[in-house]
Amino acid sequence: MNKKSFFLAATAAVLSAGMALAEPVKVGMITTLSGGGAGLGIDVRDGFMLAVKQSGNPDIEVVVEDDQRKPDIAVQLADRMIQSDKVDILTGIIWSNLAMAVVPSVTAQGKFYLSPNAGPSALAGKGCHPNYFNVAWQNDNLHEAAGAYANTAGYKNTFILAPNYPAGQDALAGFKRFYEGDLAGEVYTKLGQKDYASEIAQIRASGADSVFFFLPGGMGISFLKQYADSGVDLPVVGPAFSFDQGILQAVGAAALGVKNTSQWNKDIDNPANKAFVEAFQAEYGRLPSLYASQGYDTANLILSAMAKADVKDQDAFRAALEAAEFESVRGDFKFGPNHHPIQDIYVREVLQEGDVFTNKILGVALEDHADAYAGECKM
Amino acid sequence: MSLLLLIEQILNGLQFGVMLFLTAAGLTLVFGVMGLINLAHGSLFMIGAFAAAATAAATGSFLLALAASLAAAAAAGALVEVLVIRRLYSRDHLDQVLATFALILVFSEGTRWVFGSFPLYLNIPPALSGPVTLPGGIEYPVYRLTIIAVGLMIALGLFLLISRTRLGVQIRAGESDREMIAALGIDINRLYTVVFALGAALAGLAGALVGAIQSVQVGMGEPVLILAFVVIVIGGIGSIKGALIGSILVGLTDTLGGVLLPETFKLFMDPASATAVGSALASMLIYILMAVVLVVKPMGLYGARA
Repeated sequence: MNKKSFFLAATAAVLSAGMALAEPVKVGMITTLSGGGAGLGIDVRDGFMLAVKQSGNPDIEVVVEDDQRKPDIAVQLADRMIQSDKVDILTGIIWSNLAMAVVPSVTAQGKFYLSPNAGPSALAGKGCHPNYFNVAWQNDNLHEAAGAYANTAGYKNTFILAPNYPAGQDALAGFKRFYEGDLAGEVYTKLGQKDYASEIAQIRASGADSVFFFLPGGMGISFLKQYADSGVDLPVVGPAFSFDQGILQAVGAAALGVKNTSQWNKDIDNPANKAFVEAFQAEYGRLPSLYASQGYDTANLILSAMAKADVKDQDAFRAALEAAEFESVRGDFKFGPNHHPIQDIYVREVLQEGDVFTNKILGVALEDHADAYAGECKM
Repeated sequence: MSLLLLIEQILNGLQFGVMLFLTAAGLTLVFGVMGLINLAHGSLFMIGAFAAAATAAATGSFLLALAASLAAAAAAGALVEVLVIRRLYSRDHLDQVLATFALILVFSEGTRWVFGSFPLYLNIPPALSGPVTLPGGIEYPVYRLTIIAVGLMIALGLFLLISRTRLGVQIRAGESDREMIAALGIDINRLYTVVFALGAALAGLAGALVGAIQSVQVGMGEPVLILAFVVIVIGGIGSIKGALIGSILVGLTDTLGGVLLPETFKLFMDPASATAVGSALASMLIYILMAVVLVVKPMGLYGARA
């Protein structure tokens, strides 16, 4: 298997020199590095490792493993990391179905789990846990912001579509929670579907004035290319997942001008973000995506907590995580009572800078936005 | 549901079916002539798409990209046949499945190694982009109409190849009795390599054509492979005609089912649950079709061997 252990700095040498140090922290990262969704996992890993490298902290060791986007493999990896690698913190999972399989057992075994991406509603509400933190967003958040944006843009009759699986249902529910107009149509597509001719024909026939869609990864690429070619020219709104840096180049001009919602963009004006975007480009030779920013923030959160508390003292370490005293590349960042972010969510527009397709922030869609499930969390 | 929308959806179903045919034709030839289950057929589809994307990025020409997809997939097919597949003809199906599954992994990771994990850009040529207004006021993308035309032309070409040419005679003979045509002095090894490369080239072309409207990424071949197997089981293994009829049946069933079922359920359910139930049922529809065909005609619609 493609096991990669990163021993950052010479931990052993430092210890043998007899310096008085806190216990080193061992982090297990389970993420998707092969198969169709690998771009997301690679971005999270690269963002995370960049922050670790920049910190120069010799007391953090990261073990990275590939879950191949399969829940059973993710569960095995988590068990192995906890039992043989003796990790203190787990992180890295991209997909909600994998998170649902891994997180409850990790937290039940007394380890910390910090999610750099997936935020299923079940883990934000009744299934919340003191040792589970989400550093990215609750799944519904970006869709809620898209609904709010549709109101400000004056859309009255939107056609909405998403794949027929839990995150797709969360997406449409999230959009409808904030959207006030009528629905011209509501369609669930097959997960992994690549041909949207039939849905586009329905959009054309529906008399809608705008389209909202959540189709992550390759599904979104296909939809946008076919939509641009169909001659339907209604405005399109979506969450950032179909417009992130990794896939925009594959969509090309078809995405130009599309509005999408995100908690991060490379032009958010704060020193931490500027430094991050520059360092990421220098290190990896490409622009960071929102996934990379989430990985970077997750690592910095861990590092900030390590500076204040020993990971073996769980209560102190948890309090240090809750305080979230790190420079987030998103700007203001704090945790709500269910350990999910309270943050601004922006509206971005896709544009072309030279040869590169990228996003620019237009404004804030939802300010200091928390998720809808915090009230159900009894911690 | 207006008549125009229905006609547009029928065109969509037809186009989907034609694309499926290009993939299924090669699979059914290889299965029929050589008795080989080739799970790596989807990888050849992917190779065609990546070759096309790389060529289009380098030269800017879509025609060159299509030529590259044919050449790359045929070359990969011939290479795989000579190096790996040739050793599998005498083995049982389980060995074939294991070996060709390994090929999927090799091709996927190899492609990632060369092209990276992020999807590639391949777009339709400007001459074929945008919609055209058909008689009756239907707006339909030119590119999809072109796909339908190209697919039907290839179907006709294949039909003529099989029924009218010497190679076609050999393929049909190979299907019915392998030992006998070898005894008659036909170089069976060469025939197998040619058939395999032909099937691979068709899959590669399908990959390039589809890649232009979908996404070119690692793993794009596997979902297509499953549908292609459904098609050849419905059509009858080894039959090009069966593959064509099966593809169009599957294409129409899938597209029209996805549209009409939720609409039907809306007549007696509230819209949200009608959508949910209809979509769920629609995704099962082609497998139900396959089951029904197998009950009525266990060898498929045009299955030769009983």
